[in-house]
Amino acid sequence: MIVTSRPVPASLAGIASRPGQGPAAFDTPVKIDVNALNFYYGPKRALDGISIQIRANLVTAFIGPSGCGKSTFLRTLNRMNDIIPMTRVEGTVRIDGESIYDAGVDVVHLRRKVGMVFQKSNPFPKSIFENVAYGLRINGLVKSKSEMIDRVEESLRQAAIWDEVKDRLHDSALALSGGQQQRLCIARALAIRPEILLMDEPASALDPIATQRIEELIYELKKQYTIVIVTHNMQQAARVSDFTAFFWLGRLIEFDRTDRIFTAPAEKLTEDYVTGRCG
Amino acid sequence: MTTRTLAPRRARGALSLLKGEWIIERALFLCAALSVLTTAGIIAVLAIETYEFLREVPVLDFLTGTEWTPLFSNQKFGVLPLVAGTMLVSSIAMVVALPMGLLSAIYLSEYSPSGFRRVVKPVLEILAGVPTVVYGYFALMFVTPLLQQVFPTLSGFNALSPGLVMGLMILPLVSSLSEDAMRAVPQGLREGSYALGATRMQTALRVVVPAAFSGITAAFILGVSRAIGETMIVAIAAGQQPRLTGNPFVPIETMTAYIVQVSLGDTPQGTLEYRTIFAVGMLLFVMTFSLNLISTWLRERYREEYA
Repeated sequence: MIVTSRPVPASLAGIASRPGQGPAAFDTPVKIDVNALNFYYGPKRALDGISIQIRANLVTAFIGPSGCGKSTFLRTLNRMNDIIPMTRVEGTVRIDGESIYDAGVDVVHLRRKVGMVFQKSNPFPKSIFENVAYGLRINGLVKSKSEMIDRVEESLRQAAIWDEVKDRLHDSALALSGGQQQRLCIARALAIRPEILLMDEPASALDPIATQRIEELIYELKKQYTIVIVTHNMQQAARVSDFTAFFWLGRLIEFDRTDRIFTAPAEKLTEDYVTGRCG
Repeated sequence: MTTRTLAPRRARGALSLLKGEWIIERALFLCAALSVLTTAGIIAVLAIETYEFLREVPVLDFLTGTEWTPLFSNQKFGVLPLVAGTMLVSSIAMVVALPMGLLSAIYLSEYSPSGFRRVVKPVLEILAGVPTVVYGYFALMFVTPLLQQVFPTLSGFNALSPGLVMGLMILPLVSSLSEDAMRAVPQGLREGSYALGATRMQTALRVVVPAAFSGITAAFILGVSRAIGETMIVAIAAGQQPRLTGNPFVPIETMTAYIVQVSLGDTPQGTLEYRTIFAVGMLLFVMTFSLNLISTWLRERYREEYA
């Protein structure tokens, strides 16, 4: 295959050409402020001096080759790495100005505010209704049964899956298709009304149509949520995100508006990666 | 070695190899066949003797009679007192083994650091290797006197003490199998739960245990099956008085203990009294066999869920 150098195909420059949507700006408020973050698995350093400011109500995409640390970094934002033994964090992560790694931070409270959707859809072996209700129940967020029913419906609608499941809410969630399971997991995350939604390659196991639905959903959700998405798919990053961060070997190489990352990256490494010459 | 000499050697070698293979194959087949045949033989003997027994005692009298006195002059062949004794001791054992087994499985699978688990699990499984006769004397000589200080009315032989000790004996089995089932629950489910703000306890009780439910149930049923078939502890510490009762303080007799009693006694072979042990044995076999079948079926269903 002949590798073309530049320019990047127009289809990749998704967001800038989207009607009614100007290029994302650096003047929106900062939601997540990361400063000089190092992360270790045992003695091995997986993240090296990451500093980044993620802005509210926009979509930030993390791209980079496998093993570059983008998923690890995503999981430091809701302290999901805490459950992996022998890991260590240095540096600070501030969400709305609060340092989330300080002693005395309530991890339960943090995770309620920072929801997460995983690469492999992981519905609980319960009914569709109970999957969405789970977060509400364990956190004691609703007072009555009718409120529970309303919140479950609202979440399923937000995740654009209500029409497909409304007649079988009490069937097992495991009977849903892969794409439906992933939207159910998004509904489950939304039910506890987080402010930030972390998505770890949410569409990597899905077919193109299911992927498109997830992407449309992300576009809808960013009105209410700050979204951070890890993806291997560069077209997807270009289509859904306002900002893109490129990771390489545990370091953040470049972070900029998505249109700039894909059309005029400052770093040679970024350019090589987004044009498919390396990685 | 050169290729020229290799060719004829290989031909000779192949022949003797073939002969060796033939012998090994037959030998292995014989070993496998022997265990199958033994099982078939046991079932056949049980079935024949039970049939002979049931020709003299109507099956309904056997299964529903409330008095068991085959060794007395006034013979009664109602097996219910023995079944009741077995059930009573097994129930006490399961009341100990189920909650403690489940809780220790939850601890091992969800809480303990992996180094601790690597040490504790084998140690726990050693408990299962203690000869049951030791448990029996432990029940009779240690637990019963201890319990008598709390309950002065407790007889020297009773259902309570062997039941408790049997529970301790089954605990490692229930705990180990339940832990296996819980560890097989995909990590993704736990992460999904934590990501929603769940604590460890909530994740363990509301996600992991329900997801491992059929595996845990299989472990419980296997535990029950083990309790029903357990012999030495009850033969030593529960007494030899077939009694239709739910009172754990008085001597009783279980199906297994009765079989021991007759086998060791001087009951002449071929008599009706002698045949009772086969009938009781058959009933015992049917009970534990069905429980094991249910357990296997549950575990297989469970494997399908998370293949």
